[in-house]
Amino acid sequence: MGKGKTSSSAGASAKKAASKTPAASEKSFRIELLRQMLLIRRVEEKSAQMYGLRKIGGFCHLYIGQEAVAVGAVAALDLKQDYVLTAYRDHGHALTCGMDPNALMAELYGKATGCSRGKGGSMHLFDVEKHMLGGNGIVGAHIPIATGVALKIKYKKENGVVLCFFGDGAIHQGSFHESLNLAKIWNLPIVYICENNHYGMGTDFRRVSSVTDFSKMGISYDIPGSQMDGMDVLKVYEAVKEAVERVRKEHHPRFIEAVTYRYKGHSMSDPATYRTKEELKEYKNQDPILILKTKLIDSKQISNEEFDKIDAECKQISNDAAQFAEDSPQPAVETLYEDVVV
Amino acid sequence: MPVIAFRQALKDAMDEEMARDENVILIGEEVAQYNGAYKVSQGLLDKYGPERVIDTPITEEGFTGVGIGAALVGLRPIVEWMTLNFSAQAFDQVLNNAAKMQHMSGGQLRVPVVFRGPNGPAEFLSSQHSQSFQAFYSHIPGIKVVAPSTPYDAKGMLKSAIRDDNPVVFLESELMYAWKGEVPEEEYLVPLGKAEIRRAGEEVTLISFSKPMQMVLEAAQALEKEGYSAEVIDLRSLRPLDEQAVYESVRKSNRCVVIDNDWPVAGFASYLGWLISRNCFDSLDAPVELVTMEDVPTPYNHAMELAMQPSVEKVMNAAKRVMYVTQ
Repeated sequence: MGKGKTSSSAGASAKKAASKTPAASEKSFRIELLRQMLLIRRVEEKSAQMYGLRKIGGFCHLYIGQEAVAVGAVAALDLKQDYVLTAYRDHGHALTCGMDPNALMAELYGKATGCSRGKGGSMHLFDVEKHMLGGNGIVGAHIPIATGVALKIKYKKENGVVLCFFGDGAIHQGSFHESLNLAKIWNLPIVYICENNHYGMGTDFRRVSSVTDFSKMGISYDIPGSQMDGMDVLKVYEAVKEAVERVRKEHHPRFIEAVTYRYKGHSMSDPATYRTKEELKEYKNQDPILILKTKLIDSKQISNEEFDKIDAECKQISNDAAQFAEDSPQPAVETLYEDVVV
Repeated sequence: MPVIAFRQALKDAMDEEMARDENVILIGEEVAQYNGAYKVSQGLLDKYGPERVIDTPITEEGFTGVGIGAALVGLRPIVEWMTLNFSAQAFDQVLNNAAKMQHMSGGQLRVPVVFRGPNGPAEFLSSQHSQSFQAFYSHIPGIKVVAPSTPYDAKGMLKSAIRDDNPVVFLESELMYAWKGEVPEEEYLVPLGKAEIRRAGEEVTLISFSKPMQMVLEAAQALEKEGYSAEVIDLRSLRPLDEQAVYESVRKSNRCVVIDNDWPVAGFASYLGWLISRNCFDSLDAPVELVTMEDVPTPYNHAMELAMQPSVEKVMNAAKRVMYVTQ
């Protein structure tokens, strides 16, 4: 990892903070959460811009609007022992786990300096050192994989916990249901987090689900479930921290539904005509960055100038990442034969 | 040298590797308390305990994915599929996860997992339980596919597969489990990707792997009685494929029959036939012949199910065709 220049990445300090599992009221911690959400937002906006310029191709699923979920949840981890797996809307999780934004952007550009050497692209971000195991492209298919990572933790008598993120579109896959059952019968240390952003591609989850309260989904496997406000990073942090601590102690899986929203379409090619402008506006009014910013400003933990400074830094990191990706070499075509088998 | 059954050889391989490396675990349906649906894991639960010999519910996708996930972070799971037919439920996990994680992580990840179980028809099981999966799995870059035909190879190759840092699909057969053969007491490994000449001959090369090998050897003996000398190659490994062993034999005999107990369309035999045609074109005195299953699902009726599979007679006839022997 980190073939690119290391910038002052969000995750390094997050990891330090997480190992102490700080109080949600701590000022520096709150500012760090804000900074990470801003970094994700700015990196993704940059990605969208570069996608428009055809620097980035293929599927590119933006996380904008959902930042609080990954940032708040991963802040509750100690990534020396814990693991994160997610699906293809993975930029936010990768950044908050500490992936170098340069390596991320270079991967989106398909460059040799990308985290996956230009073989994965947007959907397949991996940072094995930081225990971020993808970046998985088949809806729901990584849920058994995450469960297997938890099996290893248990077998090795380690103290880690796995966070397995997936969307509301994945929750009806057999892989989800098989995994929850396995995790329960083997008492595996894993927290399944469904990021309910309301739409599986263009389909409103209420049209395709027998229940609209997903927190019930663990009940038939005797797995406790809860619902959290996925737009408020502090609430996410508190809920996931509690779940992770209990899983670490009790070695029983847990399930959390994060109610959240994506502002953009499913992927770059989706104009998202299946929802109303009012609905989008309603969620933008509870923007995760706005919520925390307001809280910090109201409590005088941060000034508008300080916020602008952090934002400017994040924009700079995003611009630098795009420049790094632009300047990076294309992978040698012969490397297409590498990384297939060893 | 001790003579043991194929299933014993597989069990011994797993036993030795589990004793050698605590990261090796066995996971699947009925592998623990039941001692294996085909008794391949007999005694392993008692010896290694339920943390390492793990019974699962009937959830092929789930436990196959669990094996892959555990492999990503350092374990070396052996995933037993009760039969390869049921692996269709887990196919996505093999295709999209096991075979891709190393690649799409740019080499950051390794997936040292073995998927093993019986492949191909047994007897009286009808269509859903009598299918061959070598073409499906061999199609996929990023995994190895091996198919031994003797207890000796079964043991040596399973040990190699468990130590391999790639996903390995290890093909067995219900009817082979009782087959016996010499297996030395001392430890040995058989490398993956090396074919073996089972019988030297001059006039025609017969190529196969796994269960059909015995039938092919019978056909070679019968041909010898009629005065024709056949060389018999056991591929043992489909991916990687020992192309050189095949070409050396065909360049000597100038004639070749590939026997594959699988459907003919887009099958492994057709791929191998093309490779030989392309790489031994100047040596061939006849087009490569294939002996495969008929292009139908396997029926229950015994006479019908035998008729749809390769046989000694079909192999002999194909050999005679490439030798231009009037039949």
